[in-house]
Amino acid sequence: MRMLTRKILDRAFTAGGYLAVALMTLFLLWVLVPIFVKGAGAYVFVGTVEYRRMMLGEFGRGNEQRVAAEWAEVQRAREPVYEAIAAFERELPALPVARRKELKPAFQAVREGVAVLLGPAPGKPLPALTRMIYGQTRWRQAQDKAANILFEETWDYSGNGSQKVHVPRQPLFEGTALAPVFPLLRKELRSLLRPRLTFYPRFLTDPSIDAHFFGGIGPEVLGTVYLALGAMLIAVPLGIVAAVYFQEYAREGPVLTFLRSCVNTLAGVPSVVFGLFGLAFFINTLHVSPGKSVLAGALTLALLVLPTVIRSSEEAIAAVPRAYKEGALALGAGQWRTVLTVILPAALPGILTGIVISMGRAAGETAPVVFTAAVSVGKWVTPSEVLSQPTPALSWNLYNLCTEHEAVEEIRHVQYGMAATLVLIVLALNLAAILIRARVAKRLKV
Amino acid sequence: MEDAKQKTKTHAEAKGFSVFYRQCEAVKRVDLAIPFGLVTAIIGPSGCGKSTFLRAINRMNDLIPGCHTDGELLFDGQNVYGGDVDTAVLRRRIGMVFQKPNPFPKSIYDNVAYGPRLHGNLSKAELDERVEESLVGAALWEEVKDRLNKNALGLSGGQAQRLCLARALAVRPEMLLMDEPTSALDPKATARIEELIIQLRGRYTIAVVTHNMQQAARVSDMTAFFYEGNLVEFAATDDLFTKPREKQTENYITGRFG
Repeated sequence: MRMLTRKILDRAFTAGGYLAVALMTLFLLWVLVPIFVKGAGAYVFVGTVEYRRMMLGEFGRGNEQRVAAEWAEVQRAREPVYEAIAAFERELPALPVARRKELKPAFQAVREGVAVLLGPAPGKPLPALTRMIYGQTRWRQAQDKAANILFEETWDYSGNGSQKVHVPRQPLFEGTALAPVFPLLRKELRSLLRPRLTFYPRFLTDPSIDAHFFGGIGPEVLGTVYLALGAMLIAVPLGIVAAVYFQEYAREGPVLTFLRSCVNTLAGVPSVVFGLFGLAFFINTLHVSPGKSVLAGALTLALLVLPTVIRSSEEAIAAVPRAYKEGALALGAGQWRTVLTVILPAALPGILTGIVISMGRAAGETAPVVFTAAVSVGKWVTPSEVLSQPTPALSWNLYNLCTEHEAVEEIRHVQYGMAATLVLIVLALNLAAILIRARVAKRLKV
Repeated sequence: MEDAKQKTKTHAEAKGFSVFYRQCEAVKRVDLAIPFGLVTAIIGPSGCGKSTFLRAINRMNDLIPGCHTDGELLFDGQNVYGGDVDTAVLRRRIGMVFQKPNPFPKSIYDNVAYGPRLHGNLSKAELDERVEESLVGAALWEEVKDRLNKNALGLSGGQAQRLCLARALAVRPEMLLMDEPTSALDPKATARIEELIIQLRGRYTIAVVTHNMQQAARVSDMTAFFYEGNLVEFAATDDLFTKPREKQTENYITGRFG
């Protein structure tokens, strides 16, 4: 009987373990897969002729002659659309008043919709905003915009509550000069826009144009790199020295206990508090920079990851066999030399793992960066400006683009691209940590 | 082992020397003179203070918190625990080989060169020479000369222990302390280490702590028997094993306890 209970308990624990692992995997997939799938859309998508014109016009990339030839063909294909619009414009004043009143707002919606879809009509002056100079650069969005022309989105209040309905516009214009536009948009959209599979790896390094409507996330990636590297530059030497002190020099006693509990408390402080502290201390009290800056952000992030660096380094140092230390001391090495030549090299894998994981943390942190370093303007920060200038950063700009951007819906691909890139950077850092640990552990065991 | 019976010069000498771990007295007022150039074995059951005594000679016990000493321990006529003693210099003059082989996780070459690099600015050629000389001295040169840049952790236990010996020799010490140098090795490797001890005899003063009484009998000129922190008997090895003066020694060497 007792044997049986033990067996059942055993099975239950095993099953519980499997369940936990399965749930975690499922959750991870549920979170990561959509991010990566949608994020990939920033790098690989079906681009239109407008995309190729934009790349040529804004970045000077692409074959000028080929784009020009394609553009000429596309313009020829678009001619009937513009002719129909012009003809209807001439026709409109002659219509009866009631009919005119009925058609005018719908016509305006169509005309504006065409400008959004295909860019400004030929002969019109170029708009000021870059986003309006070109038509839809991405096929998926172009299809949506075409649908907005073909159908009017209204609300149906007839039933229980309200319901969104899409009413076709074509019947309204039956018999007018505008009528040919609708079948063209429905059937000939491809020849109007020429969709083609497009790879845009430079999304990672390109600056953004016109508030992320075009271009990439280069300044944000660079800002994140600055902040993470800067934080490590400050936190690593401090953390290792502190860990060496704790493990090799400090004598057990109330002072050490107090210092240790300080480090542990520091590890438990919410990151937003670090941000506020960084603003109050580094910027307002120490005046390390006139305002937000990469330096202030790096200092704040360094403080945030310092406990992690100290603890992982301490663990790594504590795990170095005592025999190594004794061997070095017995050969007449001083304590400092022993630390430098034997203990730290042997502890290096553990220390590196801690560093790389802390770096991932620093790269992803948002709250401290908002207070001390990040701005939403996607401006490149040169290395000489890191001491005084704020920078865009993936974490903060992701939040900014998703919540405060003027056209959140239009730039979904940038938001997902940014999220996927950030996750990828952090995952890559963690993978690096695993590889380093595995590699050096092998070296230390043989 | 004829000269063991002659009166020889003393190299290290304990005079009323005690070692305490906090309140506990691990070595009790020991008087012991380790002769110059000979092999002195220290035997005794576990916990008798023999290792503590050995590690006191080059002050390795300093690492243990709460460890302190009383009385005098002279090396070359100078008190090891005197205020002006630089432990780094002392440990350079008194090399040590530990119970478990402890090569650093570095290349074989770097292991042997570690000590010389600490203490002198040898040129590359001089350093190469020193490494070779030390490895030859530890009878390891032939086995490793083609893989000096390989990680020392790839060596077998016996090779690793000889590497540790070479590492200690490379500093050119005057005395060698060996703390149960063969207890982690198989019989074949043990035999090689023992051969080495006999070879090194005369060039270095050697003190070896061992559990193994046969080993003490095979390699040493003098043997000290420790029991519960006291030095029970110290005599020429042949005498101690054939005609012990103390009852406790006799009981121990005949295997009645230990």
